[in-house]
Amino acid sequence: MVELSSGLQDGYVLQIRGLTYRLPTGATLVSGLNLNVGRGETLVLLGRSGSGKTTTLKLINRLLEPTQGEILVSGRSTASWDPIRLRRGIGYVIQDSGLFPHWNVERNVALVPKLERWPAKRIRARVIEMLELVGLPPAEFAKRRPSELSGGQKQRVGVARALAADPPILLMDEPFGALDPVTRAELQREFRALATRLEKTIVFVTHDVREALLLGTRIALLDQGRLIGTYSPQEFLDASEPHVRAFAASLQSVEGLDQIQ
Amino acid sequence: MNWFEFLLRNRGEVLARSVEHIGLVAASMGIALLIGLPLGIALVRRDRAQRWVLSAANIVQTIPSLALFGFLIPVPWIGGVGASTAIVALALYALLPILRNTCTGIAGVDPAVIEAARGMGMTQRQLLWQVQLPLAAPVLLAGIRVATVISIGVATIAAAIGAGGLGVFIFRGVAMVNNQVILAGAIPAALLAVVVDLSLGAFQRSLAQK
Repeated sequence: MVELSSGLQDGYVLQIRGLTYRLPTGATLVSGLNLNVGRGETLVLLGRSGSGKTTTLKLINRLLEPTQGEILVSGRSTASWDPIRLRRGIGYVIQDSGLFPHWNVERNVALVPKLERWPAKRIRARVIEMLELVGLPPAEFAKRRPSELSGGQKQRVGVARALAADPPILLMDEPFGALDPVTRAELQREFRALATRLEKTIVFVTHDVREALLLGTRIALLDQGRLIGTYSPQEFLDASEPHVRAFAASLQSVEGLDQIQ
Repeated sequence: MNWFEFLLRNRGEVLARSVEHIGLVAASMGIALLIGLPLGIALVRRDRAQRWVLSAANIVQTIPSLALFGFLIPVPWIGGVGASTAIVALALYALLPILRNTCTGIAGVDPAVIEAARGMGMTQRQLLWQVQLPLAAPVLLAGIRVATVISIGVATIAAAIGAGGLGVFIFRGVAMVNNQVILAGAIPAALLAVVVDLSLGAFQRSLAQK
């Protein structure tokens, strides 16, 4: 973990330079992407399905390898990282939680600390700390199996697992996408508070404009693998580009509904 | 004299043949597992190779067992008359269910779980031993169960090439046109299959519940 946070000269934890990803079939999923993410920043990758958001995320932790361009983590190209070391320094939360069904909550959260061979005592303390952080009382939840959790609880455990080894970077792929609206709003609020407090560098993928505006310190709008632009939430609402308007309009249509009622 | 009295009177030989029988099945299952599990694991994510190997194992399965025993006799090293040839043939039969269930069991693990495991920095080996194999275990065990039960049945034919086992009674009974002698082999073999099937089934359920 120390390796990941050291060696920062220009303040960016994550730099994406000319990133292109092409499938063997020739389809281009990400095209010439340039992005910088600073420490403590939550960058939201916003876009429709197939805009290359998830692909970009997987290129960052090298679940996919770039066709062209490079990604610098702590000023160092991910290509020069050992992928296993790189990933253990980057928390990863996905929509379907991906919790291991044969392990209880405690063991799931302990995943990376255990892989990193922390002493057992430190792992236990850390698991308790993490479960409290995500609002799951350890006494009640530590021994439960994922099958005994609700969707929202699973995602909380997913976040706890991603944070367990205290990685400086967190990648989140529509973590709240499969939740009911009430639970989603609850987790979004809590996550926003958490993100501010923990000062992690977060890349957050969503197709939900509300979520992007609520959680993002900056919003990067993607369309067909290309970056349309990056905006602060306020700039996003004020922007006049058609792509941005299309997204902002989806927001207004909901607000329009409020007026009807 | 009914078959039960016959069985009691000859319990010494019945027991000895049963032990032989179990020996044949255990040895062949051991070999089949030693080959089938690693091969099955190696074939995961290698679609083409998997198709070829499974087709080959399928073809072996379609060869009538008596013929397979016969085919193996002239093969150097493993062939000849006796237990070793029978064990090779039985292992070949057991290979398909083990291979197929290893492949399908591992392929059936939730992709989200695999993605999370890789994304969190598990090595291939850790992924295999800590995630894929434990989650595939019930399916894997189902394959082992089927393979064992088949082996117990097919092993009765091994007596035709002098490998011993409970088939000795069956072939002797057929030659003597004596049902009691046939049953002295057939009933213990059937019992053996039922007991193994039930106990492996119970073990499988306990795994699935975990």
